[in-house]
Amino acid sequence: MNAAVKPEHLIHPVDNAHLDALEEEAIFILREVAASFERPALLFSGGKDSCVVLRLAEKAFKLKDKAHPSGFKGSLPFPLVHIDTGHNFPEVIEFRDRRVAEMGERLVVGHLEDSIAKGTIRLAHPLESRNGHQTVTLLETIEEYRFDALIGGARRDEEKARAKERIFSHRDSFGQWQPKEQRPELWQLYNTRLRPGEHFRCFPISNWTELDVWLYIARENIPLPGMYYAHERQVMRRKGLLVPLTEVTPPEAGETVETVQVRFRTVGDMTCTCPVESPAANAAEVVNETLTVTVSERGATRMDDRTSEASMEKRKKEGYF
Amino acid sequence: MQALRFLTAGSVDDGKSTLIGRLLFDSQAILADQLDVLERRAAGKPVDLSLLTDGLEAEREQGITIDVAYRYFATKTRKFIIADAPGHEQYTRNMVTAAAGSDAAVVLVDITKLDLSQTSVGLLPQTRRHSLLAQLLRVPSLVFAINKIDALERPGEGFAKVKAALESFAQAAGLEVAAIVPVSALRGDNVTQPLDAPWWQGPSLLQVLEGLPCVQERSDAPLSLPIQYVQKDAFQSEGAGFQPRVLWGRIAHGAVQVGDEIEVLPSRQKAVVAGLRRAAEDVQRGQAGESVGVILDRQLDVSRGDWLAHPGKAVLQNRFPATLAWLDTEPAKPGRKYWVRHGNRWVQARIAAIDSVLDIHSLQPQAALELQVNTIGRVQMEVQHELPVEPFEFNRVGGALIVVDPASHRTSGALLVDLPPAPPAEEDW
Repeated sequence: MNAAVKPEHLIHPVDNAHLDALEEEAIFILREVAASFERPALLFSGGKDSCVVLRLAEKAFKLKDKAHPSGFKGSLPFPLVHIDTGHNFPEVIEFRDRRVAEMGERLVVGHLEDSIAKGTIRLAHPLESRNGHQTVTLLETIEEYRFDALIGGARRDEEKARAKERIFSHRDSFGQWQPKEQRPELWQLYNTRLRPGEHFRCFPISNWTELDVWLYIARENIPLPGMYYAHERQVMRRKGLLVPLTEVTPPEAGETVETVQVRFRTVGDMTCTCPVESPAANAAEVVNETLTVTVSERGATRMDDRTSEASMEKRKKEGYF
Repeated sequence: MQALRFLTAGSVDDGKSTLIGRLLFDSQAILADQLDVLERRAAGKPVDLSLLTDGLEAEREQGITIDVAYRYFATKTRKFIIADAPGHEQYTRNMVTAAAGSDAAVVLVDITKLDLSQTSVGLLPQTRRHSLLAQLLRVPSLVFAINKIDALERPGEGFAKVKAALESFAQAAGLEVAAIVPVSALRGDNVTQPLDAPWWQGPSLLQVLEGLPCVQERSDAPLSLPIQYVQKDAFQSEGAGFQPRVLWGRIAHGAVQVGDEIEVLPSRQKAVVAGLRRAAEDVQRGQAGESVGVILDRQLDVSRGDWLAHPGKAVLQNRFPATLAWLDTEPAKPGRKYWVRHGNRWVQARIAAIDSVLDIHSLQPQAALELQVNTIGRVQMEVQHELPVEPFEFNRVGGALIVVDPASHRTSGALLVDLPPAPPAEEDW
């Protein structure tokens, strides 16, 4: 049994009514967070999902203004937060800072290096993937700023454990997700009651798929880091993935470095994020490619999710986003 | 067209996970790497599509589904969101969670479990139970999928008999049935591809789903707008003489326009709508389903939890009958204080009286002193402040409340305001 290329008759047409409904739901959730919590924050990594959530937040709280460099005037009722692993792609960090400055928003950065210096993170070896470790820094940042709700761009279609998570996901005082203790989510009557030390993770785009995200980026003209679109990059071919050549991912013995036209479907830690071969140079072309893709976003691009079927669930139980 | 949200119901071995796996697989929602995992686990045997839906480690270990999961797929004409509710003992709790906000319910009937030698086929209790629960929770469309037809020697005959049994049950119970379709989830017959059989000229399950209506909030009803979030308006020009506020809320039903006179509930203060916003833009009108920001022409004391309505239309109540689906292992006790959430307001509440509890096996109303987990009762609720509650069947926002235990913070119950009594029971259950 093999997943064939999606037949044309099964492809859903671009549908503004569908995107409008998703937007409506997401904006409702964002305002709910702002109204229900004392110290919420929005996780902004510069990745496509968080760029979409950021645009939705602009629409929820700001007013359109062509004269303003970001296209909106006003300010968000919460700061932006980024957990910097120290292994982020430089162009994403540059994009993040430029966008934040343009919008005039406040950015809080939690540095993984600080946790390493404090001794709360111990690396097994210097080039180890830092993706899993960022949970520690995230929880430390939450504690330091006493955030009681963190808005994130996670989607249920990304992964099976995500499919089970509530839109308002309760985390205990250790920041942990308890899948068996989840509160039933009835209508849009979210139960946001919490005790000191506990917090919520809130996911306004839970019900979006990768395709919806790209349709929305194309429709709304949402700026993204350039690496989401076709560019030439030096890569090594490893276990079916294209591993980008970076200072923390050198070639292994016997590997050759080649230059390939690629784009990223997801952007995370340099040590575990891989691009795919693609000529798609803008959002509309990425939409077309997404319509015929046969490998999931994580399957195509993440080295760290392949270790076990339950790896995401395990990390989430520990407090991972 | 709007995405159709539907839940699936059925018992553990009725093939529910296989059916969902089949819908996802045949509509190409499953990608090669996800299939690869299944193929590796199957180790040469046929791939088990039901494994696509068990997302948690504990579920794979125990081979059961613990919690509701949401799945997505699309066809050329429509997008779908499946609320995949486990069919285990805790069916009520999970069905309530999945049913809240669903446009349709697909109840799976395992034809191999029925005695087809009888002239009049007897249905299994869970088929009756699941469909009556769907009715009680006001899921608008009900579809029966008769599964495992491939296991029959004369499938056409068997299907006709079970269909007749379902129809007479539905008629007796006052259920409206949108469709009854035969399927084989295992083989994929009549799920996404029409069945090629002389005895079936009807639609595939997917064709039925493509045609079902979504719940539509009514724009022609009186305005009902729960205020969600109050924002200081930094953009209003000077000269109003006061600091204007934007009252954001999603319109439950009705519509509102600039210039309308409105009243604030429960205070009954009146004002005129001076401006409206929506998604970062100024607009003239907003209607049911849309979130709008209302700017009033004068300074009123308004906060989250209040409602906006056209004057004189709303009724405020602090005691009302309701259907209460109890989800907590700690039983519901009359007299104990709970938190309830109605719209965007939290108030204290208590169950003034339990009129009856539905016996989940016989579906007969019975007397009870408390509500156990996974039971549904008819209760009289009493709330600390007057609320503009409306019958759930007319207003799905104004008629829905959640009950939260103040000690554990768990969401313990789902309240549906003023539903008609439980459907009539049949003798032979």
